Amino acid sequence: MGRSPSDLIVFVGKRILQVIPVLFGVVTLTFLFTHLATQNPCATWLGAKATKSALKDCRVYFGLDYPPWVQYERYLAGLVSGNWGVDTLYHSPVLSTILSHFPETLELVLASVVLMVVVGIPLGVVAAASGGRVGDHLVRLFYLSGWATPTYLAGAVLAIGVGSAIGLGTGDFSSTPSFPQPTHMSVLDALLAGNIPATGDAIAHLILPATALAFVNMGIATRMTRSSMLEVLPLDFVKTARMKGLSEFAVLYKHALRNALITTTTVLAVTAGGMIASTVVIEQVFQWPGVGQYAYAAIFDNDFSGVIGVVIFFSVVVVLANLIADVLYGILDPRVEWR
Amino acid sequence: MPAPALGGASAAPGATTGSRGEGRGSPRRSRLSLVGASVVMFVRVMRANLLTLVGFILTVLIVVTAAAVALVPAIGDLFHLSLSVLPYPPNQLFTGPVFSPPSPAHLFGTDSVGRDLFSRVLSALPIDLGIGVSIAGFSVLLGGSLGLIAGYWDRPWTLGGVQSLVIMRVTDVFLSVPSLILALAISEVLGRGTVQSELAVMATWWPYYVRLTRGEVLAIKNQPYIVAARAAGVSDGRILFRHVLRNLLEPLLVYFTMDIGTVIVTYSTISYIGIGVPPSIPEWGNMIQAYQDNLVTQPWLVGSVAAAIFVTVLAFSLLGDGLRDILDPRSRRILAASAPGQGGTKLAAASPGGSDS
Repeated sequence: MGRSPSDLIVFVGKRILQVIPVLFGVVTLTFLFTHLATQNPCATWLGAKATKSALKDCRVYFGLDYPPWVQYERYLAGLVSGNWGVDTLYHSPVLSTILSHFPETLELVLASVVLMVVVGIPLGVVAAASGGRVGDHLVRLFYLSGWATPTYLAGAVLAIGVGSAIGLGTGDFSSTPSFPQPTHMSVLDALLAGNIPATGDAIAHLILPATALAFVNMGIATRMTRSSMLEVLPLDFVKTARMKGLSEFAVLYKHALRNALITTTTVLAVTAGGMIASTVVIEQVFQWPGVGQYAYAAIFDNDFSGVIGVVIFFSVVVVLANLIADVLYGILDPRVEWR
Repeated sequence: MPAPALGGASAAPGATTGSRGEGRGSPRRSRLSLVGASVVMFVRVMRANLLTLVGFILTVLIVVTAAAVALVPAIGDLFHLSLSVLPYPPNQLFTGPVFSPPSPAHLFGTDSVGRDLFSRVLSALPIDLGIGVSIAGFSVLLGGSLGLIAGYWDRPWTLGGVQSLVIMRVTDVFLSVPSLILALAISEVLGRGTVQSELAVMATWWPYYVRLTRGEVLAIKNQPYIVAARAAGVSDGRILFRHVLRNLLEPLLVYFTMDIGTVIVTYSTISYIGIGVPPSIPEWGNMIQAYQDNLVTQPWLVGSVAAAIFVTVLAFSLLGDGLRDILDPRSRRILAASAPGQGGTKLAAASPGGSDS
């Protein structure tokens, strides 16, 4: 069958190797757009009133007065050596700033994925089970409304409307907790410290941004579950389960859903990678101190190195999420051979 | 009516195709009855699926309103009249009391400087819709043609194979970069503004269409009727345009329709962040940004803009979702056969996954 553990190593290794050219492409693409799309980005950043010497200083500072191939060489060398440039605002290295903010963003994205699994997948099952009837239409309307709601709108309504109504306004995340923070994920840190009130507080702060992020992407989980359930439901083993006299719940959730979940899991992993882009808006609205907020600040402060760093970092996350999805699919679907 | 004209044109080519054309009887009559049959089919499908009907009606309303808002002042200009369908100019201050809640005089209320919200929301419609259609349209054309090329000529170790490989690898790279982030970075370099950010979104939006089109072409091109056409000596160009392209229209049209809404959402996000349409021009994203602090005290401000975005995107999504059932001949027959009231489609609506907006 080609599914022994040693085959798995080959399977994963091959996929990791396939990622390398894509990453190289992403880096090159970012270079093309940021360095070559315009002749003189300094003129844009400094505005119309910039003096000649200020323009020249800016070009020298960012190395824009070298020929393109030299710029590319310096850019690649910087990326590989981990020197992603220095933030113009705080004068801190870009890469370490991004990495230090990443756990918060990861926590937010993971919390939304949990919400999508807990809410989105059962909805997909309900829709498939009531195929074509009222339940199906209601579920379709629900996930299409998520689809039709821009992230910033969901964020604004939840942060400013709901948040202030239930006393969870934005901006009160700045207080540093007294316990150690090994993971920098508020919920996990509080749990590890065994601090139950702090855990509750952390969850209370997490729930609104995670809901905003999950609601907008809910359709993907629901739709995938619905369509793969519809493929599975007419199959013989489902009929057998029904004929054995199993309850409808057991038929749907224990027999059919297990088979339908393979595609949904894969799609969720890809979606988690895609959601990272939405964190730029969500984190800004909720004042969540993650990479998204850093990206927002970088764009607003015309922080060239910061913007490049963020684009590359987010792309790497997406590529890794796709890699995880690919490997998960291989592991979950027994028909995939690992050799 | 373009249909009879088309029928006449297709009967024109010489003896080789003539015999096939005659087999179907007079082209003019068969085309006309075909149109009639499609109308009947369309009505039946619409009745079978209520949500599709809602989406269709909303889309027509939205497009007509947008056209009226954009075109009536232009037509008025021709006759030196100042015509407009909007009750007030969108940027006129103090059209009524400040922060007036919705009333007959101001359907959506007024904002902090007394501008009429109804006029502002409507005047943003042609901008947002135009941006949605133009970006999605550009992506269909560019992504569709690249996908067609990459899918149709893909034999390894030929010029076409190399070309196909290059197109797909470049597409993979573009797909790895979240389009919102890349668009933000591009508008960072190009500068802020409506056109710059539109170009930025365009540059990031086409890759999904390449993948979609290529997948469809790969599935179509080994079908027996294509192989038969090739065996009969039909040229590549003719196969592409008459046989392959015809089958691509359905998936591309469905995805394009749903995509208009997604583009509007993404583009207005860029405006919301503050590097798209400048605040002096009403646009849904920058209006939400401007009004969000009054969400609790004056909820009609964000509410009416949000409703406009929501209805527009939902209309296109519902229509696209339904178009899939209508354009696919198999599901169309099932839908039309199922009596209204017994429920709509029972088909798996496996759809292209969401884009990362």
